[in-house]
Amino acid sequence: MSRLSHLQALEAESIHIIREVASEFQRPVMLYSIGKDSSVMVRLAQKAFHPGPIPFPLLHVDTTYKFKEMIEFRDRFTAELGVKLIVHSNTSALEAGANPFRLGTERCCGLLKTQSLLDALRAGSYDAAFGGARRDEEKSRAKERIFSFRDSLGQWDPKNQRPELWNIFNGRVEPGESIRVFPLSNWTEMDVWQYIHVENIPIVPLYFAKDRQVLVRGNSLIVPEQDFVKPQLGDKLETVRCRMRSLGCSPCTGAVRSDADTLPKIIAELVAVRNSERENRVIDHDREGSMELKKREGYF
Amino acid sequence: MSAASVEQPSPQSFDIDQFLAAEESKGLLRLTTAGSVDDGKSTLIGRLLHDAKGAYEDQLKSAVRAGQIDFSLLTDGLRAEREQGITIDVAYRYFATIKRKFILADTPGHEQYTRNMATGASTAELAIILLDAHRGLTTQSRRHAFIATLLAIPNFVIAVNKMDLVGYDQEVFNRIRAEFEPFLERIGTKNYYFLPLSALKGDNVVDRGSHMPWFDGPPLLEYLETVEPADNMIEASFRMAVQRVVRPDQNFRGYAGQIASGTIQPGDEIQALPSGRRSKVKRVVTFDGDLEMAHAPMSVTLTLADEIDISRGDMISSGTPPKSARIFDATMVWFDAHPLDPAHDYLVKHTSHTIPARVDGVRHLVNVATLESEPATSLAMNEIGVVRIATAKPLFFDPYQENRVTGSFILIDRKTNHTAGAGMILAEAEGSLEDAADRLVRLVRAAVPEGARLNLPSDDAQAMEVIRGLLKGVLK
Repeated sequence: MSRLSHLQALEAESIHIIREVASEFQRPVMLYSIGKDSSVMVRLAQKAFHPGPIPFPLLHVDTTYKFKEMIEFRDRFTAELGVKLIVHSNTSALEAGANPFRLGTERCCGLLKTQSLLDALRAGSYDAAFGGARRDEEKSRAKERIFSFRDSLGQWDPKNQRPELWNIFNGRVEPGESIRVFPLSNWTEMDVWQYIHVENIPIVPLYFAKDRQVLVRGNSLIVPEQDFVKPQLGDKLETVRCRMRSLGCSPCTGAVRSDADTLPKIIAELVAVRNSERENRVIDHDREGSMELKKREGYF
Repeated sequence: MSAASVEQPSPQSFDIDQFLAAEESKGLLRLTTAGSVDDGKSTLIGRLLHDAKGAYEDQLKSAVRAGQIDFSLLTDGLRAEREQGITIDVAYRYFATIKRKFILADTPGHEQYTRNMATGASTAELAIILLDAHRGLTTQSRRHAFIATLLAIPNFVIAVNKMDLVGYDQEVFNRIRAEFEPFLERIGTKNYYFLPLSALKGDNVVDRGSHMPWFDGPPLLEYLETVEPADNMIEASFRMAVQRVVRPDQNFRGYAGQIASGTIQPGDEIQALPSGRRSKVKRVVTFDGDLEMAHAPMSVTLTLADEIDISRGDMISSGTPPKSARIFDATMVWFDAHPLDPAHDYLVKHTSHTIPARVDGVRHLVNVATLESEPATSLAMNEIGVVRIATAKPLFFDPYQENRVTGSFILIDRKTNHTAGAGMILAEAEGSLEDAADRLVRLVRAAVPEGARLNLPSDDAQAMEVIRGLLKGVLK
């Protein structure tokens, strides 16, 4: 009798987590960010309830600054699965002119992501929200629980987390409080890519390398695919073979130079490249410990 | 480069197809580390991550102090910790070699160590107990080994660190081993490996190094890659707690859960608990098709040959049946700032069910430093003791030392919803039937006047009302 492979073991653990949430909460929802981790999380949800349908909706917090390809993929992917998709945007902030160019990334994320997410969770009275975050992504996430308690303001207190032992999760909350659930906590970026490869999971084409028109800005490659991404002084417009290592908002997520146009090539690149995937995300570098600050305020 | 080659083949020789094929069969080992900052634990983990290429370069950059990598900064995550310079919570780290993927629960050594260590140890298959060769065996090392053994971790590495500070002296290592071994035997630690190393210099971490030719065992990473996880859960009797009934339409009724132990295949006879009804497995259903056989710890959905009533929280078992009890003894680790209180209302969450519970007395407290039992009426935060638990409905369990899934539970405070403590079931309460009969006789004699008749209404609620009235007379 052979033990499970690492991917099989991770899969079994994640399915267990997803089933616990669906059974213990009144109104769970799955945060869907369109990225590769979301694609994996949705596949695990399908597996958890097969042959039944996924018993909760997906929620996309749309900043309206995403890549076009992401939105096209989102609509196609969720329609094919037959799962309910809720799209929420912070329309009042957008009408007041919120954008990353004017506000800077920190305030823009605060309004269009964090505030928008909290509003959407409150509007839906969701008592549990799945997120695709992994502990290997960033230092402050290494201590995040799988079931992460949030007070009635949606805030996280790193000094007051519930101990979490074995595979027993305490999901008890009072009205207004909620739990963020991270079924991919123990997955690494490598695990996610291998699983996508083994399972043939659809992902946004931006992850694959091709020749793209980009604005070269210092070390960053900005893809001006949307009209609102305007060249800055000193930018050079060039055609570069590149791809996205992680997907975020179009103005704030850079591409990396790459020839990886297939999953095996992406995995090979990952083995070779020793820069963590979040390096190209402008927002994490705002200041020391910035992810932890965002999380305390309610960011995923 | 030692035999423990890391996941960083040179670009020329790298064959992606070969790599992916190898990855598909790669196993997973969950481990935990115990030791204080003074023992050089963060340095050890930092070096393991660094030398095994588990730490990425941008994270390394933020750990550079005065031009040198400070490995401890790689593992200290939260702002509050960076400010105080100590780790105060369990952090999970990930690294991989060609042979295995590792999930490492890094637990702090001093501050609230019991609670954090228990958390990290609960899922671990291997514990690294770190001690300082220069300081020798301390009370803290004994505590760490005791807690890890209590949590039933099957493998131990006793890492004698800072060998560079004692001139890599074999005598120092031998003395520590001779002193620690009898203790480990006494507490029942199963499989342990004593390893001299220097995390700071890198000796016996990934590479053997040249300073300790007198030691010929494998370095740490090689040992982690090859140790047998000593996992007998596949050979044990089948247990699966039902998490959810999957019923998409009238034609399908399946019971979804993660197999806690054993194997299952179509045709196997099973028993559903608490109903006790028996049936046979019809199909083992997964998204990827039906299976001919499934085993722990897979997540599956079972369909049965007969329509029997099973709901969430029930257990499906075969082979030796699990034990059943409403009153049982358990070793508890207390987490909450509010001490254990026998007058307080709790909930037991055990497998997939949550039931009201009371603490029916503390049998004794375990002094973690001396291992002596001490009388106690409560447990404070970070204390360990043996308590008697009474639940509103029977629990179906195996002793924790035999089955870490069906033998474990958490105690939830009903007022605050805090996870107040973690329990490891020892056994059903000995002689609880006699105890109960004895107590009942005494209570009835005390409550019902001599020669009077006790008329109990047939409705349970009304009957309880009558009994409560009588008890008030007894207890005042």
